[in-house]
Amino acid sequence: MSPLFKTFIAGIFLGLVGAGALTYSVPAVDLHREPSLITVQANGGNSEIFRIDLPRDRILVGLVGTDNALPAGLEWPGDELFGNLQAEIFKVRDRNDVVIGVASRLANVSEETGPFIEWVLHLPARGTVYLQMDLAASAEGHRNGRMLAGTRDFETLSGTVRERFITEIGNEDFAAGERIELITALIGPLADEE
Amino acid sequence: MKYLVSLLIGMLFGVALFAAGMYYNPFTGHVLVSPLAVLKDKHLDVTYTLVPGETILYTDNGESIVSTHPDRVAELWEPAIVDTRIAVVLLKGSRGSVVGLGIKFSTDSEQTALINSQALVNSAWHVYLPGQGTLLVDQIENYWPYLREIVVPARWSSGNNWKGSFFWIMTQGPGALGTARVTGGTGTFAGMTSEAVESLTARAYSAINGPVSMHGSLTIILPKATIETE
Repeated sequence: MSPLFKTFIAGIFLGLVGAGALTYSVPAVDLHREPSLITVQANGGNSEIFRIDLPRDRILVGLVGTDNALPAGLEWPGDELFGNLQAEIFKVRDRNDVVIGVASRLANVSEETGPFIEWVLHLPARGTVYLQMDLAASAEGHRNGRMLAGTRDFETLSGTVRERFITEIGNEDFAAGERIELITALIGPLADEE
Repeated sequence: MKYLVSLLIGMLFGVALFAAGMYYNPFTGHVLVSPLAVLKDKHLDVTYTLVPGETILYTDNGESIVSTHPDRVAELWEPAIVDTRIAVVLLKGSRGSVVGLGIKFSTDSEQTALINSQALVNSAWHVYLPGQGTLLVDQIENYWPYLREIVVPARWSSGNNWKGSFFWIMTQGPGALGTARVTGGTGTFAGMTSEAVESLTARAYSAINGPVSMHGSLTIILPKATIETE
């Protein structure tokens, strides 16, 4: 076997090992992460504020008979299908107004199996949270709710959420009229005592 | 100099061999039977279109070959959501009539390991079925067979398209049997926890425009308690 051919074989081996090592060690997907802005609660657990600035964070508004359907050109199904269902999709921001995820909000006050208001928060680098809200707002004007389920980082957590509509927020950077705030208070399970 | 050239050509051969081995990996199983098929529980089957132009809404970062729908929908260009896609679809029952609305969030997973034939996606469905209730379906999907059997052949094709018959169980977890996790929200699903499986059936794909003839199916197991309250 000539030295030139031996070099070629060595090259094949190096290429195989190098490509394998590269594929194994370099992640194919590297999601962008923002630092979590979490406040520790006095009685345990963590509190976090998620913000939605309106109208800039709206992706979808689906409601029968509205002139404010979004985006333009949306063909929302007629009321014979979904009645008064209001479906909305938003981008979700953290306390520093940086987009960290997306969310859907479904509400139907005339659903025959019972009226409901629900949120699903999908934070790509962390997981998904499924929230169910009370129908009636509290005396303070916000709506309380609870976490039904969570995935990945939220899988073992449980807790409550507060939904708050804020009008006339001031921000010079964009023409914001309103803001939705979701304030979660989540706690992990107690560790097993040994 | 000739040794260096020989080494470089060998390395290129090695990389190509590795890529071919990964692509044609014979140990990649093709899951055709749903893990729920062995269960005798009643299940709910819904289908939906995977052609973006036929959905109510589809959006992504705006840089993929697939066009967003409607045209003026906001794109997900911010760094934290750039690998995320949103689809809003009508869910159809076994008789082809619309039975509900589904909102699907999908994000490329950091657990993706191409060396293991895994192109993973974390996805969550927010489902509303009028007269029945709401639920969340959370799952890990593997798109590797879809890439291997449809997307890559379409790109290699001189016509930039793929036509054929492809069926694949997309769900790979997080359930122990490779099933999705279902959490009931309201109505007859309130308090329910169950399992589900999502599958994909494809007939045509364009390397220029994306899916041409493709639909997905979601099979959700209904626990007995849920059926009794219906």
